[in-house]
Amino acid sequence: MNLALRTPDPKKLLKGATGDWEVVVGMEVHAQVTSKSKLFSGASTEFGGAPNSHVSLVDAAMPGMLPVINAECVAQAVRTGLGLKAKINPVSVFDRKNYFYPDLPQGYQISQYKQPIVGEGEITVDLEGGETITVGIERLHLEQDAGKSVHDQHPTLSYVDLNRSGVALMEIVSRPDLRSAEEASAYLSKLRTILRYLGTCDGNMDEGSLRADVNVSVRRPGDPLGTRCEIKNVNSIRFVRQAVEAEARRQIGIIEDGGTIDQETRLFDPSKGETRSMRSKEEAHDYRYFPDPDLLPLELDEAWIASLAEGLPELPDAKKARFIAEYGLSAYDATVLVDEKATADFYEAAARGRDPKIVANWVTQELAFRLNKDGKGIEESPVSPEQIGAVVDLIADGTISGKIAKDLFDIVWSEGGDPRAIVEARGMKQVTDTGAIEKVVEEIIAANPEKVEQLKAKPTLAGWFVGQVMKASGGKANPQAVNDILKRKLGL
Amino acid sequence: MSVDTATVKRVAHLARIAVTDAEVEGFKAELNTILGFVEQLSEVDVSAVEPMTSVVAMKMKMRADEVTDGFYADKIVANAPATEDGFFLVPKVVE
Repeated sequence: MNLALRTPDPKKLLKGATGDWEVVVGMEVHAQVTSKSKLFSGASTEFGGAPNSHVSLVDAAMPGMLPVINAECVAQAVRTGLGLKAKINPVSVFDRKNYFYPDLPQGYQISQYKQPIVGEGEITVDLEGGETITVGIERLHLEQDAGKSVHDQHPTLSYVDLNRSGVALMEIVSRPDLRSAEEASAYLSKLRTILRYLGTCDGNMDEGSLRADVNVSVRRPGDPLGTRCEIKNVNSIRFVRQAVEAEARRQIGIIEDGGTIDQETRLFDPSKGETRSMRSKEEAHDYRYFPDPDLLPLELDEAWIASLAEGLPELPDAKKARFIAEYGLSAYDATVLVDEKATADFYEAAARGRDPKIVANWVTQELAFRLNKDGKGIEESPVSPEQIGAVVDLIADGTISGKIAKDLFDIVWSEGGDPRAIVEARGMKQVTDTGAIEKVVEEIIAANPEKVEQLKAKPTLAGWFVGQVMKASGGKANPQAVNDILKRKLGL
Repeated sequence: MSVDTATVKRVAHLARIAVTDAEVEGFKAELNTILGFVEQLSEVDVSAVEPMTSVVAMKMKMRADEVTDGFYADKIVANAPATEDGFFLVPKVVE
């Protein structure tokens, strides 16, 4: 356990009325396995089908139906385990977790209890401000998703759609190694990135492909763990942060008022920014797990595991290290670029044969800003890596100034086309002819004698002159040349 | 191990079986008889025996990841007491 290893960080403690409190968070993340068909049936996993259309007689638990496991779902779980640097268990067992609910026609969920497919692993999480923490993974197991109940269609009836019923999920359980709301959201974000790199879960939180159950407790620094509450089904990274913050505050309030925390399941209400108790079930859960007699133990071949390990892609941590070593990027830029594999691929395509740092700036700043503003993903970028590369080349060979480059980028963004041809056609080339620049500088000095006078007392006014010259040249004057000439003419 | 009245009621509830107070005593006796019977197995020393997971010694068969089933919502809901637009309709399960 890492519990003892982390010394409470004063910056992360929450201030209460009676002193500081440490938040302890662990997470159970349900990640939908990327596969064409379900874990134990040949029905489609596609999102959004007509009600009960992606359902086989197995998923509907018709009498006599038997589950047959999907090899790809097993492979995906193993890949994920390998990506989490975890132990892959050569033998694992499927159990029945028994409970009654209308969207669970079997009356039990096939899950893994005592012997999961994946054992202990870890995730490295980068935090704001450059801090890095290691979060222990306790286990990963395969299980079936349940169906969906819709409660708002009718005053006295619920509508049940079994399309999700039987879809493969990976439940990924972390150690209680997280110590703040920020750490909790950063952990989920990093886990999502790893899953998307691996291609084992699409990470689409809007469609419910990734949901987190967040366990929160508080304690005085150095004390044993407090009583925890579990916040169910948090479906966005932002909400994880808000939910942990709200729940920790609630618990601190209760304890400081002399109360005690009841271990219970709660829901986060994003509109109110608070957690509330789910109506407590009439009794504690009693799932009566037992090995599913319809399924034999899942035995994995060492050679098969090795071949899956062989086929793993470069993961974000390795890619980040390579970007720093190979391209000389800052840790910050590398972290931003590897967050989405598509962004990293875009960057590498654009950086090929160019100054990698300048290209990184364009991708993480100008491009990221525009994509964000238009609500587009990098896959939908109207500007290609080749076009960004061409803009950078034009700056590098002195054809255009950095300022013109931004205008050029805007044109390429909205109109498309070859940046070099656009520069030619629209006369955007930078003026490096010092004679021409000198002429403009002289005109400006002559027209503003009072500014020249003020400049003697206030040297920062030089910037005003630079601005005037740039303006007069339509932004096309080479800024370095303007500076040099101004300095000379004004005797700075 | 012996079963008391409260356990019988609890097991019945977990299985969603309605059991009247009059029936509980009878079930209690029956369950205790069954458990007593099973209890006899503990007399056998199995410490050196591998747990048996199947009566046939074979590995679990896996299938390829192909969509081979489904697309018959009408059949899925055919026996349901109430349906609408392919949904099962059940008594409301949230308050």
